[in-house]
Amino acid sequence: MTVKYSNEHEWIRVEGDVGTVGISQYAQEQLGDVVFVEVPQAGRKVAKGESVAVVESVKAASDIYSPVSGEVTEGNAALADAPGDINAAPMGKGWIFKVKLANKADLDGLMDQAAYDAFVKSLS
Amino acid sequence: MSEPPAGPLKRTPLHALHQELGARLVPFAGYEMPVQYPTGILAEHAQTRTAAGLFDVSHMGQVRLTAKPGQNAAKALETLVPGDISGLQPGQQRYTQFTNETGGILDDLMVTSTGDHLLLVVNAACKDADLAHIRKHLSATCEIEPMFSRGLLALQGPKAAEALARLVPSVATMKFMTGAFVTIDGAQCYVTRSGYTGGDGYEISTPADKAEAIARKLLAQPEVKPIGLGARDSLRLEAGLCLYGHDIDTTTTPIEAVLLWSIGKERRTQGGFPGADVIRKQITEGAPRKRIGLLPEGKAIAREGAEIALGGKVIGKVTSGGFAPTLGRAVAMGYVDKAHSANGTKVDLLVRGKPVPAEIVPMPFVKHAYYRG
Repeated sequence: MTVKYSNEHEWIRVEGDVGTVGISQYAQEQLGDVVFVEVPQAGRKVAKGESVAVVESVKAASDIYSPVSGEVTEGNAALADAPGDINAAPMGKGWIFKVKLANKADLDGLMDQAAYDAFVKSLS
Repeated sequence: MSEPPAGPLKRTPLHALHQELGARLVPFAGYEMPVQYPTGILAEHAQTRTAAGLFDVSHMGQVRLTAKPGQNAAKALETLVPGDISGLQPGQQRYTQFTNETGGILDDLMVTSTGDHLLLVVNAACKDADLAHIRKHLSATCEIEPMFSRGLLALQGPKAAEALARLVPSVATMKFMTGAFVTIDGAQCYVTRSGYTGGDGYEISTPADKAEAIARKLLAQPEVKPIGLGARDSLRLEAGLCLYGHDIDTTTTPIEAVLLWSIGKERRTQGGFPGADVIRKQITEGAPRKRIGLLPEGKAIAREGAEIALGGKVIGKVTSGGFAPTLGRAVAMGYVDKAHSANGTKVDLLVRGKPVPAEIVPMPFVKHAYYRG
């Protein structure tokens, strides 16, 4: 089970045909303290690159884009009461939504860990 | 407020200290400024509300006015601001605005009388324009000395007095909106009991070459931690205080902004400041719109620019909005048509195209805690 990254700093971890999506450690550091998260409803059809969630930090609101096309199977309801989970564990309990992939080939255009690490390094 | 011209960012005397403390530095009003330190904005906000926080506000503009022989600096400044400056006793401080001919606000500022001089503190983004404005109108009557390289430190919070009094015992009994010359670490500084958080605290004007040493002395006090501009914004928003370029600008009058309290009683009747006709008319007849506080329902945050609607009709706009850490919820301020500005009015804030129900409420959102003796 591998993790892939978008150049918008979302990660996706795929098990079977369902991917779990969140934001990277780098992204949460850039955003700062998260105070509100709007997660998508189950059943929503999303297109790759579409804005599907909003993460609000004290400073600003940031759109979260789906790294793949498909259908949302679950939004992380726990974030309503614990938005800081995104800061504490962005790749763990701070996940944002799960999506049933329409086309696994969408993953091919994403970065693997090494490529993403190099991408982040190029930004600093 | 226009973006500062492109070019190398300026640095305050505390730049090296910010780097050493691990600050995230961002461009702000032409300066490279700390938006937050490693602990983050929420922790910094709580630190300032419960203990004491040290802010570098050296980017703000400090200007000294001294009357030329036979002239009166307070009377001269009153030709540019609606505040009662003549009534300032030595050591007293006041909040006022530079107004334009249509009653709009060019900048807001603090004015302190030392007896011999008037000390002005203006916004960083406006300071060059303010200086030009002052020079244009007051050169005949006042010596005008920009002191833009001086340090300005804000020490804010319920334990600010305890911390600063350890270095300068006399500050303990200073009252809100007063100032005094003090010696800190061998340097002559000017301290006012004022700030931009709604809480108790001080602003300390230091010689440029002593700012870092004094900041280090303050940070060595157990109550004090460094605080960035991110928490400065959330603190002032909770306190219902205006941010120039957002909540007030050249299109808003002091009356629309609900700053009538800052206009001298005599000046309301006598005028003599730019835009006095417009402002005095609004005082007697009411302004067409009003700055109001908003409490959105739920957790969505309505930020600057969000439209305010009533029954599907847009009646105004949010000018500042964000998360209020002390309250654990979103708050906002904005302007609405006067007819719909009553407290308790239920409105909708349009956040990403969706209406979020909100109520018009009095400000501040968090009670002020100024030290009045």
